[in-house]
Amino acid sequence: MNDKNKIITGLVIFFLVALFPFWFNLIFGASDAAKGPDPVLTDKAKEAETCVADTQFMRTEHMQLLDQWRDTVVRDGQRIYVVENGNKYEASLSNTCMDCHSNKADFCDKCHNYASVTPYCWDCHTYPEETK
Amino acid sequence: MENSRRRFLKTAGYSILGVGAGSMLIGLSAHPTKAAGSGPSAASLFKQRPENREAERWGMIIDTRKLNESICEKMQQACHSIHNVPDIVGKFGNKKHEIKWIWPTEFRHAFPEREAEFLTEKLSHKSIIPVLCNHCDNPPCVQACPTKATFKRESDGIVMMDFHRCIGCRFCMAACPFGSRSFNFRDPRPAIKKENPDFPTRMRGVVEKCNFCAERLAVGKNPACVEASEGAMTFGDLNDPESEVRKLLAEEFAIRRKPNLGTFPSVLYIV
Repeated sequence: MNDKNKIITGLVIFFLVALFPFWFNLIFGASDAAKGPDPVLTDKAKEAETCVADTQFMRTEHMQLLDQWRDTVVRDGQRIYVVENGNKYEASLSNTCMDCHSNKADFCDKCHNYASVTPYCWDCHTYPEETK
Repeated sequence: MENSRRRFLKTAGYSILGVGAGSMLIGLSAHPTKAAGSGPSAASLFKQRPENREAERWGMIIDTRKLNESICEKMQQACHSIHNVPDIVGKFGNKKHEIKWIWPTEFRHAFPEREAEFLTEKLSHKSIIPVLCNHCDNPPCVQACPTKATFKRESDGIVMMDFHRCIGCRFCMAACPFGSRSFNFRDPRPAIKKENPDFPTRMRGVVEKCNFCAERLAVGKNPACVEASEGAMTFGDLNDPESEVRKLLAEEFAIRRKPNLGTFPSVLYIV
């Protein structure tokens, strides 16, 4: 252990550099860090209170639900979706989802842009601002 | 030596069995929803609309004696505006990229094998035979589709397209002997005059065709062309002897396009 000083100095410098993002954020304010997306609900969506499923499920699984809707509607011709509490919804992206969530730019796009996903729904399906 | 090898193999076998069973149990317990299938829960389910019209095999009879060019024009207009069919020729002027679901043609084009030497004045010169997808009982397009994007609906025999699955290979267009299918060589949206928000448009690279107005049957209506035809078209269940179409067929002689190919079209013509 003749190079004890050199080794310890080297280690200190290494950890300072390696842990740069952590201590930099701690000292110079985490308030500037990029925020998660914050989708906006329309008044109509707020009034309805519940979507076709609970919020947590819709947040994480809405794509699977939409896939299920599309397969059942197109291939089996079954267009009504009945949820647990007995409410019935027309299984349609343009006419049901976009009826409440008519603000595509502030609702859909916010998260999709943040997560860098580009769903191709809108290549064919219409949304309210577009058809106005 | 013999004894220890035997013991080693035994232990190894039990270990493999244990690890396999353990990982299987962990896998099943970690994703209970995945194992049970997608969807919020089994309690939710899908239903038909109450006003949905049902039949064993939808069919259509077109009485061309009652038709003239202006009615044909109106029928095409009604169909194309409802289904967001782009007017490619009007917008870009390229006839090869034309998209059509229903269109009037001359007798000799609709029934090439039936051409007579001396046809009536009307049949020999005017485009008054509306042609559309025949919704064949034995559809060659369905057999040709590699992704099952085109399928014959089990419940009512309508030959339908699932645009989500179409990969644009155009095998179905080659297979269809009636030329009922069109391919979107370009983005159709700029060529749609007025978008109908109740029906989706298509995207570049998919094939499209008449769907017998499946979306209108689901809300209890007749197909758009039938409504616009001023009584020249009759729509109903070909398998129901009491239906309007079968009653008409009992009185009138109707022909089908290219019957020798054995596709059994569900669209019949009274000429």
